[in-house]
Amino acid sequence: MLYRENGQFKTSYRGDQQIFPIVQDRIAIGLLLLVAFIAVPLAADEYLLRAILIPFLILSLAALGLNILVGYCGQISLGTGAFMAVGAYAAYNFMVRIDGMPLLAALLLGGLTSTVVGVLFGIPSLRIKGLYLAVATLAAQFFADWAFLRVPYFTNNSSSGSVSVASLSVFGIPIESPASRYVFCLAIVCVFALLAKNLVRGHLGREWMAIRDMDVAAEVIGIRPVYAKLTAFAVSSFIVGVAGALWGFVYLGSWEPAAFSIDRSFQLLFMVIIGGLGSIMGSFFGAAFIVLLPLFLNSVPRWLGIPISVVTASHLEFMIFGALIVFFLIVEPHGLARLWSTGKEKLRLWPFPH
Amino acid sequence: MGPFLETLFGGLMVGMLYSLIALGFVLIYKASGVFNFAQGAMVLFAALAMARFAEWIPKLTGLNNKFIDNTIAFMLAVLVMIVLAWLIQKLVLGKLVNQEGITLLMATLGITYFLEGSGQALFGNDIYKIDIGMPKDPVFIFEKTFEGGLLINKEDLYAAVIAAVLVALLALFFQKTATGRALRAVADDHQAAQSIGIPLDRIWVIVWSVAGIVALVAGVIWGSKLGVQFSLSLVALKALPVVILGGLTSIPGAIIGGLIIGVGEKLSEIYLGPHLGGGIEIWFAYVLALAFLLVRPQGLFGEKIIDRV
Amino acid sequence: MAARQAGDVILDVRNISLRFGGVKALSDITFDVREHEIRAIIGPNGAGKSSMLNCINGVYQPQEGSISLRGKTFSKMNSHQVAEMGVARTFQNLALFKGMSVLDNIMTGRNLKMKTNIFQQALRWGAAEREETAHRRVVEGIIDFLEIQAYRKTPVGKMPYGLQKRVDLGRALAMEPQVLLLDEPMAGMNVEEKQDMSRFILDVNDEFGTTIVLIEHDMGVVMDISDRVVVLDYGRKIGDGSPDEVRNNPDVISAYLGTVH
Repeated sequence: MLYRENGQFKTSYRGDQQIFPIVQDRIAIGLLLLVAFIAVPLAADEYLLRAILIPFLILSLAALGLNILVGYCGQISLGTGAFMAVGAYAAYNFMVRIDGMPLLAALLLGGLTSTVVGVLFGIPSLRIKGLYLAVATLAAQFFADWAFLRVPYFTNNSSSGSVSVASLSVFGIPIESPASRYVFCLAIVCVFALLAKNLVRGHLGREWMAIRDMDVAAEVIGIRPVYAKLTAFAVSSFIVGVAGALWGFVYLGSWEPAAFSIDRSFQLLFMVIIGGLGSIMGSFFGAAFIVLLPLFLNSVPRWLGIPISVVTASHLEFMIFGALIVFFLIVEPHGLARLWSTGKEKLRLWPFPH
Repeated sequence: MGPFLETLFGGLMVGMLYSLIALGFVLIYKASGVFNFAQGAMVLFAALAMARFAEWIPKLTGLNNKFIDNTIAFMLAVLVMIVLAWLIQKLVLGKLVNQEGITLLMATLGITYFLEGSGQALFGNDIYKIDIGMPKDPVFIFEKTFEGGLLINKEDLYAAVIAAVLVALLALFFQKTATGRALRAVADDHQAAQSIGIPLDRIWVIVWSVAGIVALVAGVIWGSKLGVQFSLSLVALKALPVVILGGLTSIPGAIIGGLIIGVGEKLSEIYLGPHLGGGIEIWFAYVLALAFLLVRPQGLFGEKIIDRV
Repeated sequence: MAARQAGDVILDVRNISLRFGGVKALSDITFDVREHEIRAIIGPNGAGKSSMLNCINGVYQPQEGSISLRGKTFSKMNSHQVAEMGVARTFQNLALFKGMSVLDNIMTGRNLKMKTNIFQQALRWGAAEREETAHRRVVEGIIDFLEIQAYRKTPVGKMPYGLQKRVDLGRALAMEPQVLLLDEPMAGMNVEEKQDMSRFILDVNDEFGTTIVLIEHDMGVVMDISDRVVVLDYGRKIGDGSPDEVRNNPDVISAYLGTVH
């Protein structure tokens, strides 16, 4: 009833090509942004901001980056944690070794460093696919684990093996309180999401998807696989690197290499699969799901009066993740994002059945 | 010279264990074209089952003969792995028949997590011992050639022998039995095999069961040496570089690849490690595999990959 | 029959031999194609027709021989270099991008002509938007031509086979090629669909002067629309000439029907 496109005719290609062609969608997004930028920081409590919204935002960004590589370009990566680590440690080094380095610049430089490393580890993708590529990205993961542990230069010769940052500020405005950190992350995530969406709906995005769907045919049309794959690695690593830097700087404050271990890589891959491969919105859905599930698992037994130990809860988490991955791959390989858009299709017709 | 040879032997022993795990991987890939990321988790699951069964049986039945307990535990564990194979075929593989490789790979990733969670939920998450009566004392060999002889672990020697016997049995199975022939046919061409009446579903259950039993043997040997714990599945991830090196479709490749990786790791740690800050074992195997991938993606013994349009 | 007068030789295939391991797919094939003409390649199954197209297209690299396009010789080029030289093709088994809509599939054909860099695209506002709209206009023209307007947003995987073939053709047309290679464009079609497809092919040749090389099994179609025909059998050329000449060539007849014993 409400969600109808009646009367919304597009009279130009430009109109047809918008990100949100339907008016109701535009209104909804507008409201969401309003709530997110204004209502939430004013009303939400510290726990919600610190423990749920900030990690959700940063992990969504990382999932977004990974989705570009895996979902849009079809190149599997099991080493996302490593690229987050590169972004975090690079940003740290830029911050600590250069006086007066602004926070944003440090974050972006961290992302650029991650881009360079990402392109390097993307080179194998020019010759190999599938499992072979997965193993190459695992090499990146384990190498990074080792490098940030054993090479003193990266941790600025820290004796404890961990690094920390303090007193962040942007353009002179300090970012200490959870609310300010949240808005900072939100702003960055929104900008990146917009840029990413523009890329995937332009001709580079189509190149990526062509390589994913049928690379031999893509070449025949004149798409250069080298350019397409390496740009996918580059853009993906840049976003993931910035996310890693945010994770270390804004969420953790101080960290060691274990924060970016292979578990993180798997976690991000699960977000992308469950949320929806090849969907910007899906990255957000996936991140929300994975961030909320453990909380859910911890709370539900309590509500139902069946206490379960933390250990059992963590085992259940593993089992449910695993089962859900398989479930989504079988039933809806396009993940929550597809379920969402199918739901909207039905909403267009509601209350009529067809 | 002595220390070098000892490191070499140590590497060969570890390599043999990697080979066992890689073997299961190659079996599944050869017969169903699936990259089974969950092979490591299967090793853990199988080892956990064996360890706990061996513990529970004397408590439940009062039988205190270690040999009988272990044998029954082993047979039960084999049964568990067969049931697991059947479940995987029915619930996962059967539903994803025509999907691309990347989907199946991610499905096995899901199975990995499920197995790790359920294994620990069912069997517990402490470190468990497996005691199948392997002698733990070291022995000196080649005492006449080298002064003082070389120090080798007896357990490692037994493990190597068991692994060799297993490989020989598998080779016999594939070459001489009807089921083995059917498996080779399926590995060659699914559709052709189907068209001559080979039931794909059943074949896949058989393959995953065999891979599960191989995983069990690997888990038992490794568990006997190190104790059964969660980190076993991480160690088992090393099977991936092994199959890259050896070739995804080659059983001898899995063996040789495992030995090369095992020896390479140990030698590089001793000789290269100190220059780089130590601890390079965690990435050496992968970087070696990466280098191989760039030069010879099909590995030492694998088939060349051709894309036909 | 092509509407324009055939021009000079635009595609020159000389002594091409192709082997896969021990199997010889093509043996010493030589023929030429004139600009603006419609050249058919025919022959029994397994004669090597698709392999020949794949060689022209850069998908396979022949072991011997050379191919020249407008005087530029290439035998070891890869397929995207050949695409840049103005050669487009359709595929026997379709090779559409299943994850994308009809519109997006045909838009990928415009890829070589889209010049905005990654930063402009990320920003979108301005140059990238204008370029996207301009190319959209061209693609919509092709969609009109192929009469598939109603399906433009449909994922290609959901379309009927005959319409998917049109999308394949549309994607090749979007490249504005000089030479268009069509690999069994009528396979699996009924009589009406074949008439439509023949009409499209003739229209393309007429309006844009595109040189067309097509593989086809339907002899009626071949005789109707082609100017000259090459006949392959077991990887060798056994006939070359106008449709009538080839129809009466005894080698060709025996290849298709077998000889009288």
